[in-house]
Amino acid sequence: MRAATDNRVDGIDGDCGGNCACATCHVYIDPAWADRVGARTRCELDMLNLVAELRDTSRLACQIDINASLDGLIVATPESQH
Amino acid sequence: MNATYPLAARSADARARAFALPLNQLDPADPQGFVDDTVGYVFERLRREDPVHRSHSPIPGIDTYWSVTRYQDIMHVDSHHDLYSSEGGITLMDFPDDDEQKLKMFIAMDPPKHDAQRKAVSPIVAPANLNNWRELIRQRTGKVLDSLPRNETFDWVDKVSIELTTYMLATLFDFPLEDRRLLTYWSDISTANKLTNPDAPEPEVRMAELRKMLEYFTRLWNERVNEAPRSDLISMLAHGPATRNMGPLEYMGNLVLLIVGGNDTTRNSMTGGLLALNEFPQEMAKLRANPALIEGMVSEIIRWQTPLAYMRRTAMADTELGGKQIKKGDKLAMWYLSGNRDASAIHEPDRFIVDRERPRQHLSFGFGIHRCVGNRLAELQLKILWEEILRRFERIEVMGEPTRVRSAFVRGFSKLPVRVS
Repeated sequence: MRAATDNRVDGIDGDCGGNCACATCHVYIDPAWADRVGARTRCELDMLNLVAELRDTSRLACQIDINASLDGLIVATPESQH
Repeated sequence: MNATYPLAARSADARARAFALPLNQLDPADPQGFVDDTVGYVFERLRREDPVHRSHSPIPGIDTYWSVTRYQDIMHVDSHHDLYSSEGGITLMDFPDDDEQKLKMFIAMDPPKHDAQRKAVSPIVAPANLNNWRELIRQRTGKVLDSLPRNETFDWVDKVSIELTTYMLATLFDFPLEDRRLLTYWSDISTANKLTNPDAPEPEVRMAELRKMLEYFTRLWNERVNEAPRSDLISMLAHGPATRNMGPLEYMGNLVLLIVGGNDTTRNSMTGGLLALNEFPQEMAKLRANPALIEGMVSEIIRWQTPLAYMRRTAMADTELGGKQIKKGDKLAMWYLSGNRDASAIHEPDRFIVDRERPRQHLSFGFGIHRCVGNRLAELQLKILWEEILRRFERIEVMGEPTRVRSAFVRGFSKLPVRVS
């Protein structure tokens, strides 16, 4: 999420600054990357439960730590964030 | 602005008083601090000296409460709904459990019931749906602005802020437009409280008026429940699986939530934004030079105004917050108004800056599962308002001081004299 907001990526607002508290950084993880990205956190489940357009691949970007193994990660953003 | 006793001098006196009082006498829920707009000094001191602060209010039903005044502590409480419950209500006033004044509404519920009811209404204000409203809002905003008298002082609150938000609310409910001022009236009635405002109606009178509201809306419900589902809020509630079996009091509570949520908040940001631009003329000049700044300015207006000054939570277990021992059952006010002026989270928070960095990072919509469901609609209404204002008026002047609402919860205005040309 930080990487997206620092680079003004449209569709990822991150209103809460990465506190898992606004769900404005909702993304869909490309299925090929799901294992490497890992599972949803507890607070993330609570917030995702309220978003429009929830899918199996939904994550909050602020709950994903970016490291070298995620270089090349593919995500899509929901239409409602545009 | 003209005043016999200059604002700056009054502010300095009020600040000195807030800093001279013994700490244990600081009671930010005292509505007087909102009427004269001096509560900010109380928060300034609390953030510095006692950021999680216990007060005893003389107002019956409020009594003892904690004030959470720093940005990060507020974020912590707001995003831990298991520990800090909303079931005790969202304002500091306590009512007995069987008191009908204690309205049932989803903002004052915990999961799972909260989630189900919220999801029944959230689609109408979801970003995907906003395009349906955009042109209508622009037309109505233009019509209201075109009807304003030029070179003549008028009340901005009544002629612009109330008119526009009430129009919008009537549209969302598909409520008869000719009766739309009833929505304003019911919004004011539902937040009126005799214990904090002597001018408010008696509790029995208030409940009688709210029952009239319920009757009116029950008529609309009955019409729509028998028709095919439509995209207005009443139809959505009448057909939604999580809401179609609500009892009358729950229907009333949720109506109040949607009416106040869609009315007081945007209304007061419409007024507060104009005041802010008048207080900071160099920001108005920046905006005139570059109207593309409106989008970021809208977030800044919402931070600056913080139209709901706090939300209340109730501790579900003994815990610690900011070094203080919070006991199970204690109530806390998350003072968004204070967090939005916290220099540890917001750069130069006491300045209104139309092109602020990261303007969306403010507390006014709350955070966590209760975050304002209509936030994108509110932003859209304000954005269109300022686009249409800049297009029409070369000058827009505040001609005197605003009259502020006597409430520590709704931070708003009842009058603001303005002249346009």
